[in-house]
Amino acid sequence: MSEFSLWDIVYNLLLAGRWTVLLSLTAFVLGGIVGLLLLMVRTAGNPWVVRFVRGYVELFQGTPLLMQLFIVFFGLPLIGLDVSPWVAATFGLTLFTSAFLTEIWRGCVESVGKGQWEASASLGMNFTQQMRYIVLPQALRIAIPPTVGFSVQVVKGTAVASIIGFVELTKAGTMITNATYAPFTVYGCVAVMYFLICYPLSLFARHLEGKFRNVAR
Amino acid sequence: MSLVELHAIHKSFGALEVLKGIDLSIDEGQVIALIGKSGSGKSTLLRTINGLEAIDDGVIMVDGKKISERDTDLLALRLQVGMVFQQFNLFPHYTALENVMLSPQVVKKQSKAEAREIAEEMLAKVGLADKMMHYPDQLSGGQQQRVAIARALAMKPKVLLCDEVTSALDPELVNEVLAVVRQLAEEGMTLVMVTHEMRFAREVCDKLVFMHQGRIHETGDPEEVFSNPKTPELSSFVGGLA
Repeated sequence: MSEFSLWDIVYNLLLAGRWTVLLSLTAFVLGGIVGLLLLMVRTAGNPWVVRFVRGYVELFQGTPLLMQLFIVFFGLPLIGLDVSPWVAATFGLTLFTSAFLTEIWRGCVESVGKGQWEASASLGMNFTQQMRYIVLPQALRIAIPPTVGFSVQVVKGTAVASIIGFVELTKAGTMITNATYAPFTVYGCVAVMYFLICYPLSLFARHLEGKFRNVAR
Repeated sequence: MSLVELHAIHKSFGALEVLKGIDLSIDEGQVIALIGKSGSGKSTLLRTINGLEAIDDGVIMVDGKKISERDTDLLALRLQVGMVFQQFNLFPHYTALENVMLSPQVVKKQSKAEAREIAEEMLAKVGLADKMMHYPDQLSGGQQQRVAIARALAMKPKVLLCDEVTSALDPELVNEVLAVVRQLAEEGMTLVMVTHEMRFAREVCDKLVFMHQGRIHETGDPEEVFSNPKTPELSSFVGGLA
């Protein structure tokens, strides 16, 4: 059996860490797009759509991410879709992210006062114009800090993908542990790497929060 | 034919009936004041004229065209009917100039140069040529309200609705806004205003509409209505103000 140096462990974890970053980015971007679409249709106000989006949000907020991934990974083959762990993880995390982001952004849109809607309506703007020129620019400023803050949850959420066999940081940690029998060292390194990804994001979110506080424009 | 015709307008909020059959016609160039106690339905009535409040029953005609609940109709209606709000409702993320330019550009599809020219003209008209690059939070309440008036005027509406435009202002800022409204009235703009400024209403308006419990209770020439109220309700309303 070959010896693993600390460098070997870190090097292999770094390789796997790229997948954690990629999965986080993909889930965040796709989740953001889906979340924005849900936000738009929800704000437009058809009662059935509002109910559907609310149910969607409740479903994903009210169940563990692990269960969501299991259901995607084991459920899709039942309807004839054989998906790789990568696709299942991306799909599951996208749904999860979109549900949370749409809810965060809903609060931001609602914080833009009724007067802004009425003023823009009385100037003849339609819904799309109101959203584009009046509501979203204001909501966005409020939304940036909590959105960046939530990205930390997405990064940590990717660890769950290890359970369905996707080799990202946590799964790589488990595999290396099985080879080295040094769980403390390996998982210690894993934790440090998550921290190195997440801590700057947290700092950035806090910085933005200070920057956007009480700034209307 | 009148510019705006309201016929048998009914409106309820849940079980509360706030408009109980309103008939009102507004001629071109007329300046009308809606007065009455809070809860009498005057603001709701004003808001039905540009479709911010949907009516339950009745007919609204603007410039000879019947307004239905269809969105396209509402958008067309709002090109004819401008509105100024009690709380100004300027867009805080745009400068005064951008506030005024925005709608001519995105709604009327005017070029940037065209929109800017109109916006500058309107801001000069309300006496704010030197504040164009200021954001709303850098302006006083009176200045913000004047920007809001300029913003509505830039769309060249046929009627301007004013919903208690001085009620949110400090007393020393009221006159600068009323002066602008007075100027508009003198230029022949059709105005419908909900107001508590009775002296102003008396001096500037052609017609006074006193609302009471969701109905038009008394209407007529301001001078006449104030000096010789025919109903005890108006009498006590006017008396309570003195």
